[in-house]
Amino acid sequence: MHYRHSDAVEAEVMPATAKILIAGGFGVGKTTLVGAISEIRPLSTEEVLSDRSIGIDDTSGADRKTTTTVAMDFGRITFRADLTLYLFGTPGQERFWFMWDELAYGAVGAVVLADTRRLADCFAAVDYFEHRATPFLVAVNCFDDASSYQPEDVRIALDLDPDTPVVLCDARQFDSVKKVLIALVRHAIAKSRANPEYQGRPLPAG
Amino acid sequence: MSARRDRWLDREAGPVVRPYAVTKGRTAPASGSYIGLIDVVAAVADPQLPADTRLSREHRRLLSHCHQPVTVVDLASDIDLPVGVVRVLLSDLSQYGALRVVATSRGPEPNERVLRDVLNALQTL
Repeated sequence: MHYRHSDAVEAEVMPATAKILIAGGFGVGKTTLVGAISEIRPLSTEEVLSDRSIGIDDTSGADRKTTTTVAMDFGRITFRADLTLYLFGTPGQERFWFMWDELAYGAVGAVVLADTRRLADCFAAVDYFEHRATPFLVAVNCFDDASSYQPEDVRIALDLDPDTPVVLCDARQFDSVKKVLIALVRHAIAKSRANPEYQGRPLPAG
Repeated sequence: MSARRDRWLDREAGPVVRPYAVTKGRTAPASGSYIGLIDVVAAVADPQLPADTRLSREHRRLLSHCHQPVTVVDLASDIDLPVGVVRVLLSDLSQYGALRVVATSRGPEPNERVLRDVLNALQTL
């Protein structure tokens, strides 16, 4: 049996954590998707909204400052003691987008969950991740009565880049969600290789 | 057609507390250090606190929840304080030498080794 003395004494398990964002419009199934694969029921924590996030046209002044909190849903998959993946549902409303920057920073990538009956609901998320150069894919949540669309139709409707994956999924099903996440991580690896300069930063304006 | 319902709507109706009261009004860590949502922190065993340090109840609560390494977001959820507040308090504890950041992701994207590890782990899930 081989083991080094130092393993037992000094070596500390260095945990690695990673996160994936789950974005999409209201009621599209973000929390359902997280719940289908998370080892915990989606938990919630809160972030405090400062006035910078509430709106720059608010001239009411410091004496009327209010604090408001917004919930962040997240799920967790502990693969090993030293590897845990977090799934964060992104708050839907645009006024909470200041939180997206933080969520997207350091993320593996994002799943944009789409409902073909309300495809426009995910335009904003697609736009955000494209401009931020965050690896993302579009997962079409196949509700019972909306399964007749092909991924290509969705790609055209959303005007996606040719290399952005579009997959069909059932956000309630563990295996389906697992496939979506695998597709995303593969895409993220391909993207980071294709462009060594890629740093997940916003693209220059214009 | 299901109702257009989203739980964010239910939860954003605050203010329910004055969250930064427990940080004495500070909204950013004093040291300017950034602790990410999924950074892992752990309490230091038997820390030598600076002489005039007084830990608040929330500081002690935080420490009591991170004897084992824990991520910031799990910690915030466990003790039911907003993440921004937890960060300020963690930064205090780090400065006092009572807390260490065990693992932190540096840089705006994960390195390829982490991506590969996650991919492999998902495939065997």
